[in-house]
Amino acid sequence: MEVFEKVKSLISEQLDVDEEQLDMDTTFEDIDADSLDVVELVMALEEEFNLEISDEEVEKIKTVGDIVSYIENQIS
Amino acid sequence: MRARKKAGIVSTGKALPVVRLTNYDLEYIVETSDEWITARSGIKERRIISGEETNSSLSEIAARIALERAGLKPEEIDILIVATVTPDQPLPSSACLVQARLNAHRAAAFDLAAGCTGFLYGLTVGQQFIETGAAKNILLIGVDTLSPVVDWTDRRTCVLFGDGAGAVVMQPVEEGRGILASKMYSDGSKAELLEIPAGGSKRPATLKTLQERGHYIKMNGPEIFKFAVKIMVESTLNVLEMCGKKTSDLTYIAPHQANVRIINAACKRLGLSEEQVLINIQRYGNMSSATIPVVLDEALEEGKIKQGDLLALVSFGAGLTWGAAVLNW
Ligand SMILES: CC(C)(COP(=O)(O)OP(=O)(O)OC[C@H]1O[C@@H](n2cnc3c(N)ncnc32)[C@H](O)[C@@H]1OP(=O)(O)O)[C@@H](O)C(=O)NCCC(=O)NCCS
Repeated sequence: MEVFEKVKSLISEQLDVDEEQLDMDTTFEDIDADSLDVVELVMALEEEFNLEISDEEVEKIKTVGDIVSYIENQIS
Repeated sequence: MRARKKAGIVSTGKALPVVRLTNYDLEYIVETSDEWITARSGIKERRIISGEETNSSLSEIAARIALERAGLKPEEIDILIVATVTPDQPLPSSACLVQARLNAHRAAAFDLAAGCTGFLYGLTVGQQFIETGAAKNILLIGVDTLSPVVDWTDRRTCVLFGDGAGAVVMQPVEEGRGILASKMYSDGSKAELLEIPAGGSKRPATLKTLQERGHYIKMNGPEIFKFAVKIMVESTLNVLEMCGKKTSDLTYIAPHQANVRIINAACKRLGLSEEQVLINIQRYGNMSSATIPVVLDEALEEGKIKQGDLLALVSFGAGLTWGAAVLNW
């Protein structure tokens, strides 16, 4: 749950969206994020959680839930 | 011991090709749209050389303006540096061709190739000659004519670049003014992210290199994007620290104009407001080594930059190379 909260606040800060708007099923299209927004978000996630997300992993990420489960897997 | 002299930029000039290529024009050349290019890069149009315009002809025009504004005659130039990766021809250097055009016969003339960071590399190189007293008058030109080496069938690159030239005169300035700090950086292990693979001595022009389109720019855009945002922040903070300044002391930042999204992401991280960022990418695209001198020249013409303003300059490019400087104007 903690990761979800952190991811939500990062996305809302990076992409200027309301945290209320974000749940596990929210997609990048839902919040009008283009490919460069995704790159920026990935950079912010890498810094916040101190990890590297490869391009192949980024390709697979479609929803907020995908980000959360990827990060939980990496840091556990 | 006498205090070392300080080096500063005392005048600027620019030259831009006549022909404008808009995003709408590009819609006829590759599968793209004004909407995509504007949203992903901030670019609306760029200039493209035509007719008699070349790297050295644009350089000459920009240089004459900067020289006149400095009240300097061509024969007074000690060193003439042309920062470029697109000289008129492989031999001799563009700098020697510009020297001949200006009749700057006393100058030592050479090209400096550091991708889009060429101008900042040139600034740091020129700074050393002035600070040591080895030279008094340096003409530094940042110029690139990329349109002939851009692949006009590759929409991922051709929409981003444009041609142009900017020139500055560097001279000794009083203590506390001019370049307060500067630094050059490179990471050759990332060479393949932005390259023209053929046309050098390793793979000279053959029918095969032409068929493989090896003489055009190849670029990994997303990787460079991430790299650029990161190092723009790091190197700006680094040069500020070198001279005991903080981001809150800055009046303006003059970033390399490669993509407005890179500029915005980096400046947001640096905590700079929109008004502090000098931008003209919408009109010219990425002119490689010319972006910073041209954006400086325009900001000076508009009366934005005033004496005593603190400026950060920061750039990145093929190599990979990057660089930053802090100037007290
Ligand atoms: C080049 C750049 C704008 C590309 O943006 P991006 O979102 O990373 O784009 P991608 O390459 O991932 O492509 C995303 C999609 O847009 C498409 N696309 C690329 N260029 C396009 C264009 N001009 N018009 C329309 N669509 C385009 C791609 O084909 C891709 O579609 P696909 O996924 O269906 O293949 C960006 O990466 C960038 O600016 N990088 C830095 C480059 C730079 O500054 N270089 C100079 C250094 S001095």
